[in-house]
Amino acid sequence: MASKTININLKIWRQKNANAKGSMETYKLDNVSTDSSFLEMLDQLNEQLVNERKEPIAFDHDCREGICGMCSLYINGEAHGPDRAVTTCQLHMRKFKDGETIYVEPWRAKAFPVIKDLVVDRSSFDRIQQAGGFVSVNTSGNTIDANAIPIGKADADKAFEAATCIGCGACVASCKNASAMLFVSAKVSQMALLPQGKVEAKQRVLNMVKQMDEEGFGNCTNTGACAVECPKEISLENIARMNREYLKAMVTAE
Amino acid sequence: MSKSAILKSSIAKKYWMALTGLFLCTFLIGHLLGNLQLVLKTGEEGRRAFNEYAYFMGHNIFIKILSWVTYISIIFHAVDGFMLTFQNKKARPQNYAYNNPGANSSLPSRYMAILGTVVLVFIVTHMANFWWKAKVTEDIPLHVKEIVVPGNPMMGQPDQKMELYLTTSGNYMPIQKDQVVFKNKTEIYDKTFDIKMGEGYKDLHTVVMKFFSKENELGLVYLIFYVVSMGVLAFHLWHGFASAFQTLGVRHKRYTPAINFIGKAFALLVPLAFAVIPVMIYMR
Repeated sequence: MASKTININLKIWRQKNANAKGSMETYKLDNVSTDSSFLEMLDQLNEQLVNERKEPIAFDHDCREGICGMCSLYINGEAHGPDRAVTTCQLHMRKFKDGETIYVEPWRAKAFPVIKDLVVDRSSFDRIQQAGGFVSVNTSGNTIDANAIPIGKADADKAFEAATCIGCGACVASCKNASAMLFVSAKVSQMALLPQGKVEAKQRVLNMVKQMDEEGFGNCTNTGACAVECPKEISLENIARMNREYLKAMVTAE
Repeated sequence: MSKSAILKSSIAKKYWMALTGLFLCTFLIGHLLGNLQLVLKTGEEGRRAFNEYAYFMGHNIFIKILSWVTYISIIFHAVDGFMLTFQNKKARPQNYAYNNPGANSSLPSRYMAILGTVVLVFIVTHMANFWWKAKVTEDIPLHVKEIVVPGNPMMGQPDQKMELYLTTSGNYMPIQKDQVVFKNKTEIYDKTFDIKMGEGYKDLHTVVMKFFSKENELGLVYLIFYVVSMGVLAFHLWHGFASAFQTLGVRHKRYTPAINFIGKAFALLVPLAFAVIPVMIYMR
């Protein structure tokens, strides 16, 4: 099948560095294959900019197969663009029309400061993870195989679903409050559901929520935008579970 | 963990929003049942039913405790809501140049703070119009039924007007105005012997009826404001009811669909029932 090409207009956030004042810049890009991914389209634009001896646009990317959680981008008013259950690298240009103007912006949140152009600093997620996203293991030399402990199918499935979170930050970007509740709840849930996670269960949820608040994320108002835009379709069920875990921990933790 | 987390942590703040919100939902049902007394019965019977209900609400100790919990809930829900909204605005100092939130969330869910503020303004004016007048400032006339005792024209006796005061004992008491004094606004005392003869009812039914009537030159304005406010309340509840359960962690595929259904039915029916009552009064 012959590849179709489209011509597009782009409005892209350019910002020299973390302290600079950025602005939306307009670009025109012709002959974009509809089979190319959104990031390949940006590569094409950068090539054009380099040929024009202009500074290429900085954006995050790594595996380009939807699993690493590096790519971001707020495309036409939605995290990872208008498609569902995909990351920006899996978004294809066939989702856009010939002659369309496409807005590309970085994630917007106080806790995700812009480093340059479309690249934001997501280390606040790392710090939340460090605050409690771990389990204790026996290192005395007789470590037990994790699979030796029987786990119910329903719990195993739910823990796995929560663990598919790639930490891309689309939930924060989509939330009108820039709340990180979906991310944190996925990280809390994947361990709260499993016997291995019971040891630190109470301190985990308290510490991770405390870190989340300290990073300056907003509060959840249950709009559900995060779950709709999440490339891994993490459910709001996880937020409810974290709320339960937190309540339990708040009233019983030492 | 620190004690302040119960008030300060993001999730704990949300628990308070949910708990006070759900309590205020139960308050709405109680308030609605009272308001229905205005229209379920007509004439003297309706007037009596509403005034007796209002007296009960003002004198029962459990209702008094509940009303204080209600005042505190309203204040807490509003203050906590403003604080959360302020924090949420701070969490995104720079907005998107182009945003399409309609693709991923419902309109009421995104405008809870604005809807809530309108509801708060309504509550303040509503309390100023009724609660403040009934409890604090104005002397509300007592529940009086006027009757005409037919005279005997043959004997030259004219028809005689009489005022019957409804009392808390449940009887109508005929009163000669010049022989009694009123104490504490409602208590009827014999002037000469200083003996309490009975206690009257504040005629709040007439206050409400006049407020929303065509005779009140601002009646239509009050009516429109009331109906619009109930519409805003409906949107607030449309998201708020089910949202409170989610915040409290009550979510399961077996009962969450039922909670969502009840929430939407509640959001539609309760404000609708509230709004119909003043419309019926105005249309009389």
